[in-house]
Amino acid sequence: MVKQRVESVANGKIRCDACPVMCYISDGRSGACDRYANVGGELIRVDPLTIIENTISEGGNVVPFLAQPGESEWDGDIVHATRSFITAVGAGTTYPDYKPAPFIVSQQESGVDMVTVVTEGIFSYCGAKVKIDTDRFLGPEAATVLVDGEAIGHVTTGEYGSQMLSLGGVHHLTGGSKKEGRVTCDALLKLCNGEAVDMQVDGGVSLTIKAGAAPVINDVEESRMRVGCGSATIGMFAKQWMGHVDEVVVVDDHITGVLSEHQAGRLLDVPATGIRIKGRRSTPGRYFQVAEPGIGWGGTNISDPLTILGDFDPKTAWPGMRMLMVSTTGEQYGYYILDDNLRPELQTIFPAALQESVEIIAENCEPALTSVLFIGGAGGSLRAGVTTNPVRLTRSVKEALTHVSCGGVPAYVWPGGGITVMADVTQMPSNAFGYVPTPALVAPIEFTMRLDDYRALGGHMDAVIPIEQALEMAERRVTPIGRGPWPTESRNFRWGG
Amino acid sequence: MSRPVARYLDGDPNGRLHLQHGPIDLVIGVDDGSAERKDEAERRARAFTAAIARFQTVLDELVSELPLLRTAAELAGPMPEGSVAQRMVTAVRPFAADHFITPMAAVAGAVADEILAAMLAAFDKEDRPARAYVNNGGDIAVHLESDAEFHVRMAREDGISLGDFALHASSPTRGIATSGRGGRSLSMGIADSATVLAANAAAADAAVTIVANAVDLPGHAAISRARAIDVVDDSDLGERLVVTGCGPLTDAEIDMALSCGLARAERFIALGLIDRAGLFLRNQGLLAMPTAARPFTASPLSIDQSMERFSNA
Repeated sequence: MVKQRVESVANGKIRCDACPVMCYISDGRSGACDRYANVGGELIRVDPLTIIENTISEGGNVVPFLAQPGESEWDGDIVHATRSFITAVGAGTTYPDYKPAPFIVSQQESGVDMVTVVTEGIFSYCGAKVKIDTDRFLGPEAATVLVDGEAIGHVTTGEYGSQMLSLGGVHHLTGGSKKEGRVTCDALLKLCNGEAVDMQVDGGVSLTIKAGAAPVINDVEESRMRVGCGSATIGMFAKQWMGHVDEVVVVDDHITGVLSEHQAGRLLDVPATGIRIKGRRSTPGRYFQVAEPGIGWGGTNISDPLTILGDFDPKTAWPGMRMLMVSTTGEQYGYYILDDNLRPELQTIFPAALQESVEIIAENCEPALTSVLFIGGAGGSLRAGVTTNPVRLTRSVKEALTHVSCGGVPAYVWPGGGITVMADVTQMPSNAFGYVPTPALVAPIEFTMRLDDYRALGGHMDAVIPIEQALEMAERRVTPIGRGPWPTESRNFRWGG
Repeated sequence: MSRPVARYLDGDPNGRLHLQHGPIDLVIGVDDGSAERKDEAERRARAFTAAIARFQTVLDELVSELPLLRTAAELAGPMPEGSVAQRMVTAVRPFAADHFITPMAAVAGAVADEILAAMLAAFDKEDRPARAYVNNGGDIAVHLESDAEFHVRMAREDGISLGDFALHASSPTRGIATSGRGGRSLSMGIADSATVLAANAAAADAAVTIVANAVDLPGHAAISRARAIDVVDDSDLGERLVVTGCGPLTDAEIDMALSCGLARAERFIALGLIDRAGLFLRNQGLLAMPTAARPFTASPLSIDQSMERFSNA
């Protein structure tokens, strides 16, 4: 699906200007061609691949061709203001891939003849690595992630301030039941195309995630990711608390920090307060496992922070001692003063200086986002669409003679064998992904290299066309979304230095 | 706004040509059949060039006369200016006296006929390719010279064959059209598909719409219907009811619905408007043919045999 610009709206219908018929289309309907539809007021191309898929089912492939030289003005698509790069979005696949990729485009870049081989690869070995900025406990590591009751992936190793999911992959796509494959493919397609997906973590939370948007955990939208662990927070803000409070506890699921015991407090000559923290002490002022993971304070399961405190040591503590307890995101906080029995009492009046420090913690917590990296292996027959000797493409990529991008977005190529790439889906043109009923994802992938290098790796030289011709085939113009290097820039290549 | 697009299928200029503009998708093939000629490739290129040239303005021409083409046809109504539009009106007029029909019912077939005619016009008679076809989403205009023939398969949406037939140059048929609930157009009937063979694709296209509409069980509770304008924006069918769903039917009901369609198809054959028709609903199918006609000969799998297999499936 590809979003189009909408020129005019009348009586709640949008007017499609994709072709001379100029259909008026109401919400939820498609135009006369069944190619363009009105989805919530936006004109969406619903099947950029349809014709090409039909072609493939008939055993053919698509090679662009220009009717007559100089004919047919082009007012279509894909491009940059001054330079053009053909992405593989909507290019169509060549499956099975023994024929040249749909577009093999030559273009000039700084006097070097460059070739871009553009194809939409059918990826059975593919998935999404999802980073969810939250301290909250989503589920145990390796727990299964379910959509509609079907396993589509699992919770994987958490990262700093974020929880990670590993979704898709060949075992869920084609190794399980038909429904599992279909549901997995559908979830991946939606995630990669920037749509929201509801999922359930086995033994954990329910999640709604969407690339580039805040995650929704158990129906609550996450707003911020933590500034650091509790210990790091103490280190960062110790100075600002001086003189306003005697003790600070930063509650965190990973490492809870205590100011008076922490190295930062020591250096500032903060006196001992007689505080006792339940949990496993790591180094001074740093405590592991003060509570179970959960969706309460700082990613723990607690709603009352006092439950992590033991009795204050009467030899050290004093009545009137002031204590701030705050979570790592500043979302929860409380100000306490010890009474005559050395029991902390929650105060209703919160000193302005402490309020400010809590706000700074919150401010330093970046917006919680869900990020989705598409990961896929461009091995096997896909390479045959590029070259007659597939392993040479792999080598060319490894030797940095060939640059790999997905929908124009620079792709990270994993070291080692094959061509396994990762790319940020939010930087790609909208609705860059499709699927085939196999089930497998159809993702754009472009290989860019010098014409000579393309010849050397056994490229389909007779299928190379000038970029001007490819532009005439294009149906869609997009401006660059990310700030990554332009795919043909010389610095992408070994020879560019 | 997109311009017409032309590309070769099959990877080279000797494969099929695909022309697309807006809602129009044409797949075009040209060859000499079994008659081998050295200049086949050259003449194919000439035919494709002519098709591309004619295709450039087809959609614009149609759009310019769209209001007229979306109005119910009349026996003595105004004739449009464009040559494709004229083919459409000519094709639907014979049906206008007894049925509601707009020229749009023949648009796909008329475009196919027009492009085929443009290709043939690029040749002297003796130089024409032996075989050519323009397939406009299932509505097909064919050209057959001397003893050439095409083998055509009717299939369900899921690809299962309903049967094959052969079109021989000696037969009068030069157009094939298929209509039914699976396609892009709305239907007032419940036929899964109906295929009509006629003298040209526009005539077949117009007729198949009317024939498919007749495959129906008026008032049957299992059939849901809605106003056309509630299903598709700006439908030329207006507030007429079209079929939106069909629940379980008994064999007797299926037979009754198909028989209604068959009666209408046989009437059109008797009037000389169409050559043959095949009607399909669920697990049954019926063929309408001229009384003297034998089943399609020279077919690797005749419709009759195929239907037998289909019914037993």
